[in-house]
Amino acid sequence: MLNSGISVLVEGINLQRLLAGLFVTARIALISIVIGSVLGIMLGLIRTSKSKVVRFICRFYLEVFRIIPILVWMFIVYFGVTNMFNIHLSGELVALIIFSLWGAAEMSDIVRGAIESLPKHQIESGRALGLSFWGLYRYILIPQAIRRLLPGAINLSTRMVKTTSLVVMIGVIDVVKVGQQIIERSILKTPTASFWIYGLIFILYFIVCYPLAKLSKILETKWES
Amino acid sequence: MTIKEKGQVLLEIAGLKKEYDGAVVLDNINLSIHRGEVVVVLGASGCGKSTLLRCLNGLENIQGGEIKFSGKSLTDKNIKWQEIRQRIGMVFQNYDLFPHMTVMDNILLGPLKVQKRDKKEVLEEAKVLLERVGLFERRDSFPRQLSGGQKQRIAIVRALCMKPEIMLFDEVTAALDPEMVREVLDVILGLAKQGMTMVIVTHEMGFAKAVADRIVFIDAGKICEAATPDEFFQNPKTERARQFLNIFNFK
Repeated sequence: MLNSGISVLVEGINLQRLLAGLFVTARIALISIVIGSVLGIMLGLIRTSKSKVVRFICRFYLEVFRIIPILVWMFIVYFGVTNMFNIHLSGELVALIIFSLWGAAEMSDIVRGAIESLPKHQIESGRALGLSFWGLYRYILIPQAIRRLLPGAINLSTRMVKTTSLVVMIGVIDVVKVGQQIIERSILKTPTASFWIYGLIFILYFIVCYPLAKLSKILETKWES
Repeated sequence: MTIKEKGQVLLEIAGLKKEYDGAVVLDNINLSIHRGEVVVVLGASGCGKSTLLRCLNGLENIQGGEIKFSGKSLTDKNIKWQEIRQRIGMVFQNYDLFPHMTVMDNILLGPLKVQKRDKKEVLEEAKVLLERVGLFERRDSFPRQLSGGQKQRIAIVRALCMKPEIMLFDEVTAALDPEMVREVLDVILGLAKQGMTMVIVTHEMGFAKAVADRIVFIDAGKICEAATPDEFFQNPKTERARQFLNIFNFK
């Protein structure tokens, strides 16, 4: 039975459709990872500020994204905000906005943690050399922090890739949704369709996430030597 | 008095007071350091001698008194510490090299990025200094590939390459294995012979005796005694200094 079922993957344009779905998933993930990282790094640097008010605001932003589930955030913006202001936002745009803001929030915490974990005497010896505030960050703190935040940042990226599977709830046709559509259409003819389709989706997610994990390993060993 | 003390006053500390959360760490410190003079600061742990050094290049703010560096007040609100620190070199107890840079990049950072000097000239100077401490062939190594003593010698070169007018040494051998202490102290002794103005905090009594023009003994945040090494080690005037020196006498 299993042998006959595998053909569902290549039937008609099923494979192309799945790959197109994967492209949507990857596009949302990649764009939000890039925007989230840039915003997150800036926010993380701001969080090392001495001002209590600034720190509190940034902390509040982080907690708001940690406490409220991403799915709820997408509903709030996709259904709530659009309704309230009588505007239309596409599902994918909402997904991009929410994932970028979430990525920025989590990334800021990783960046802050990395900078604060650096030994205090690194800052002092930098200052003793006459480095300015910005010079200290540019030449001493940021280069060292990047090495420390990499594992956390890669972990966050793979989490973001996986969490994009939620976008189906606001009508975005991602790889999982395409898979469901194919299964629903083929289930009578091929009862094992869900095994093959979800099996392929499993592999596709792996193909997207594995290079990220690999990249982090390579960079870690490179900087260690 | 040595001839060196005839040099003009480079650093003048008057009535310096430092508090941490209301606890007085340094109280009414008065000290003048002349050009070319080597002052060694001694005292028990926690007496405030490291804090004194850190006040001199603005790593600690002070609560009273005045510090003057070549006639310029360092307690002025508008003081540009970034400029002052280029003229006051400091080496710390911890190996404080930047771990993500090679030895050479560590040394070049200040002269190139802070002082914006010509790279060729700085490279030449770095080479001379590295050769002097016997580490030129390690210029492309990373700090983690060096021993503690080597790291500390590099840290000294890094500070020297800024062409400072005075060097502050904060217990630079305290974290080293005993067999590496000598190589670091020899570098400092060499600097003393060349006439570098230095303020040295150390627990190495033999070294203090050999390098110092003047010993300043601090106890409980106050200068208890200031004398030439001969006077201080052979005939300390205060009871507190006598007790302190006894700790180092094994009989």
